[in-house]
Amino acid sequence: MSSLAYGETGNPWFSWTYVHDNSQTIRAALVDHIVITVWSVAIAAAIAVPLAVLAYWVRSLATPILTSAGVLYTIPSLALLAFLAPFLGTGRITVVVALVMYALLIIVRNTLTGLMQVPGDVREAATAMGYSRLARLTRVELPLALPGILVGLRLATVSTVALVTVGAIVGSHGALGGLILSGFRNNFYKAQIATAALLCVALALILDLILLGVSRALTPWTRRRAS
Amino acid sequence: MSSLQAMMDWLNDPLNWTNPDGILVRLREHLVISVLAVLFGALVAWPVGVWLGRRGSASGLIVVISNVTLAVPVTAMLTILPLTFIGFGKPAVVVALAIFAIPPLLANAYTGVHEIDPEVRESARGMGLSEWQALTRVELPLAVPYLATGLRIAVVQVIATAALASFVNGGGLGQIIAAGFGALPPEKGYGQVLAGAVLITALALLIDALMALAQRKLTPANLRNAARK
Repeated sequence: MSSLAYGETGNPWFSWTYVHDNSQTIRAALVDHIVITVWSVAIAAAIAVPLAVLAYWVRSLATPILTSAGVLYTIPSLALLAFLAPFLGTGRITVVVALVMYALLIIVRNTLTGLMQVPGDVREAATAMGYSRLARLTRVELPLALPGILVGLRLATVSTVALVTVGAIVGSHGALGGLILSGFRNNFYKAQIATAALLCVALALILDLILLGVSRALTPWTRRRAS
Repeated sequence: MSSLQAMMDWLNDPLNWTNPDGILVRLREHLVISVLAVLFGALVAWPVGVWLGRRGSASGLIVVISNVTLAVPVTAMLTILPLTFIGFGKPAVVVALAIFAIPPLLANAYTGVHEIDPEVRESARGMGLSEWQALTRVELPLAVPYLATGLRIAVVQVIATAALASFVNGGGLGQIIAAGFGALPPEKGYGQVLAGAVLITALALLIDALMALAQRKLTPANLRNAARK
């Protein structure tokens, strides 16, 4: 394995040979990274949006919901994984559960902010038109809060992509983080570390751009107002 | 739960506290790394933030900086820096953590100075204060709530992230968890893993509470509502 040699010339920061020889491994790690990210953010959103609506409807619940999500968010990522691993094992589930807990606060906070920004007279007009509470939520308030919700999703996605790498500490489920860690442990294989790190940043950027595109398509009125 | 029992056993063993790589030594490493990282971060971020805040609009730049650092995994920074000219050991860990401490410090320093009413600045100059005096006696005291908010966010974040230094054998309480995960079979180390998790979480929550208290004490009463986060 010449790739494991020491020295500046033998251990470059980037090497097409590495990418070419390990394209299977890299692609598997990348797909794994995407799958973990998408599942985590999707589950987090499925929990966080209803929670935010609950906090919006029952104002007295807003503080406890935000505070407990804030405490979860304060738990260091490594410690959170360490809490979960003895009970959930060292599989992918542990990583996804930890990531969901982190994404929760970001999405709850942004959704709630979005809902709070719905103008009072709009809400009153909807009620006066005979909307029920649920219809008002789904047809008036949630659509108007959509920009806030989508900002939350974008922030959650970008930070989740970066956090997946921490999962490498529990077995081999850090996806690209696994490549980074094993690259470091196997004679500081720079090409492997740099490639995986670069892919992480690129993935975060691409997912962010996709969500930006989705949010522009879903909320055309925000653009019209801006221009 | 046997894992919980194993955790209690591990924490109850006095040797695990006083060993050369015991909890007390790891705690000290953790705090030293974190304090240095925040210090260096503040040394860079505060002057730049204050300067940008006085100059005017740089909010776009600051948003870009925070977004980019959000996308870069800490694990990548921690593994890449030791392989550069910085070399292995504590300096690389401190630099990596300092980089991630910069965005909250910078953004809050910028906002704190930027939000100051221009009339206040003008009257300070009108009263005969020099540029430097206006900065140190009027503008910086007014920016304290924001500077404190930024410092609090940075400290809490660095204390939490410092646990990841264990990825590169950089010391700190994370080392306890990493060692626990290294056990074979994995179940054997779970007591230690849980113990490490409890210690790091307790430290993070404690520091967060202490910083919140310090922030309240430091901020003049009449400014307390200005920087609600």
